[in-house]
Amino acid sequence: MKRLLLVCVLLLLVMNVAQAQDTVTITIESWRNDDLTIWEDTILPVFEAQYPNIDVVFAPTAPAEYNAALNAKLEGGTAGDLITCRPFDASLALFQQGYLASLNDLAGMENFSDVAKSAWITDDGSDVFCVPMASVIHGFIYNKDIFAELGLEEPATVSEFYAVLDAIKADGNYIPLVMGTADQWESATMGFQNIGPNYWKGEEGRLGLIDGSAQYNTEGFAAAFEALAAWQPYLGDSYQSQTYPDSQNIFALGLGAIYPAGSWDISVFNSTAEFEFGAFKPPVPDGQEDCYISDHTDIAIGLNAASPNAEEARIFLEWVTSAEFATLYSNALPGFFSLSSLPVEVEDPVAAEFVGWRNECSSTIRSSYQILSRGEPNNETQLWEISASILNGTVTPQEGADTIQAGLEAWYAPQQ
Amino acid sequence: MPASKRKSFPWHIVVFLAPAVIIYTLFMIYPLIDSLRLSLYTVEQQGGPEVFVGLGNYQRLFTDPFWQPQITRAVGNTFEFFLIHMFVQNPLALLLASLLSSRFIVGRSIYRTLIFTPSVLSVVLIGFIWQLILSPVFGRALFAQIGIKLPPLLGQAETALPVLSLVSVWQWVGVPMMLFLAALIAIPDELIEAARVDGATGVGVFWRIKLPLIMPTVGIVAVLTFVGNFNAFDLIYTTQGALGAPDYSTDLLGTLFYRTFFGVQLQLPNPTMGTAVAGVMFVIIFTGVLIYLFTWQRRLLRNTVEL
Repeated sequence: MKRLLLVCVLLLLVMNVAQAQDTVTITIESWRNDDLTIWEDTILPVFEAQYPNIDVVFAPTAPAEYNAALNAKLEGGTAGDLITCRPFDASLALFQQGYLASLNDLAGMENFSDVAKSAWITDDGSDVFCVPMASVIHGFIYNKDIFAELGLEEPATVSEFYAVLDAIKADGNYIPLVMGTADQWESATMGFQNIGPNYWKGEEGRLGLIDGSAQYNTEGFAAAFEALAAWQPYLGDSYQSQTYPDSQNIFALGLGAIYPAGSWDISVFNSTAEFEFGAFKPPVPDGQEDCYISDHTDIAIGLNAASPNAEEARIFLEWVTSAEFATLYSNALPGFFSLSSLPVEVEDPVAAEFVGWRNECSSTIRSSYQILSRGEPNNETQLWEISASILNGTVTPQEGADTIQAGLEAWYAPQQ
Repeated sequence: MPASKRKSFPWHIVVFLAPAVIIYTLFMIYPLIDSLRLSLYTVEQQGGPEVFVGLGNYQRLFTDPFWQPQITRAVGNTFEFFLIHMFVQNPLALLLASLLSSRFIVGRSIYRTLIFTPSVLSVVLIGFIWQLILSPVFGRALFAQIGIKLPPLLGQAETALPVLSLVSVWQWVGVPMMLFLAALIAIPDELIEAARVDGATGVGVFWRIKLPLIMPTVGIVAVLTFVGNFNAFDLIYTTQGALGAPDYSTDLLGTLFYRTFFGVQLQLPNPTMGTAVAGVMFVIIFTGVLIYLFTWQRRLLRNTVEL
């Protein structure tokens, strides 16, 4: 009897081992912990149905810890097979340190334009190291019920925008503009980088900063800081201690009318807001015909150079380049817009509105992301701090702009 | 033969010390020395080799126009954080301990437990709870119920650090209170009774009998407060983020170290400068502990000998 039991146990063990050899598990490192269920329930099952021998695990870390945790894991050799890539220098550094593999020869990379790949390519353009997944677009989300109640229309120009804000403020029942400065990045990203491209003419201004022909404290960029400062009277009480989740809650509870948004907020409000909401693009300065939007290359996925399952991981990456993935991803995560050149149908009405601006306006990315955040002081970090201080009223827009320009001049040769 | 027996090496001491020494060396001393070593190197470009620069990183930290304001601000803020603990938390703990050691207060063990509870909770939890209490959404509504208009305490440069220090005091006050309480209870009743017989009042007994007798504990609490608060990081990171918002007004040495060593958003990690910041923290803490050992503790020892 005992012997029989032993044989049974051994048999089971052998079967287990045989089974384990059949399927390969690959792990994805990511900072998108909000998307865990979407990956597990919507995206990965489609892939696993086609490749039953590959088991994909989505293993996210909290966004604020992601970079630090990932670096530590890569150094320790415990990182997953696939790495979700932050745009520009954070990922470039990983590639230069040999942690990310080159993906030049990956089938399907031709489905992405040069602009789409620009955030995950070496400065000389010789190596691409991540498959672009999605961009995010900035704009404003508004509460349709409040707009209907107060008889307001979507503003298109800056003066219309302020007229709407004044009307909401005069009514007094709702917070006109739902944004806080406690988290600092909210002021810079949802404020400055949202409305800014209209003032600095998108790519023209951004590339001007890089080649030294534009400055943060003159013309378009200075005007953008002034425009940001004008928001202060429309923010809610105690906005100085209002965090990003606070802002989301205030808007979702229907306490505020207009929310300076990143398109990723759409899926949040789809699940939390009980009212209907719409979106309008950043208002253009009066008299200006062209409009510009921030269509920021935000997220990509690369291959851990030390992955023991590189072959299977590459199969997954090839699938990420396909139209199937692009459609699946764009619709499962409304607000993250595929960077693929293949045609993708977006079903969510608000997300479709956001992505529709790509046809009306010129796209640009956030001014500080390419090259300019390589030095000390860090340009992006300084933009966070100064944008928040301008809204808090502790520095004037001109002083703030001068500080940022001085920070750039301290180390960046083309600006000296 | 007895002579050689006396000389034989006391192996049992080695055996008993070994686990602690090995673990402590492996996980505390080695990383400390290695991080001090790393602070003497620099990396010219991402992924490049480490180059020895001696005290170059420290020189940069204290003279470079970019680093110098950051380190001085962080040291200043850390001192403020420490001083608020020293002069609010510890006197408060002493007051609570002397109240709780009195026989006339009913429900002492309930108070003791309640006051001590926050210090066993996670700092992250404490941070989130207080952030919620002080938030403009939930907290304002809460305070409005009792007729107080809550200012944005965590969002203003002038109030953020003192308020967070007090939150930390609220969390940790139980620990020094317990230490003081243990010391107060250990005082022999005869001493107090004798003082009473000689006509000392309650206040007099506290200042002249109890306080001098618990001086060693006061010293220990002071040095623990110093070490604990110069290492502080988690509460600030939880509530204000790695940048010590607003406008770096809550930026401590701990957050400056984290930001430099691990990077933040687009700012890439700079381990060599980060370890230099850690080196500064080490020097400050080490100096503080040495001062304690060579002044306070030595004087206490001398006093005991004289007694």
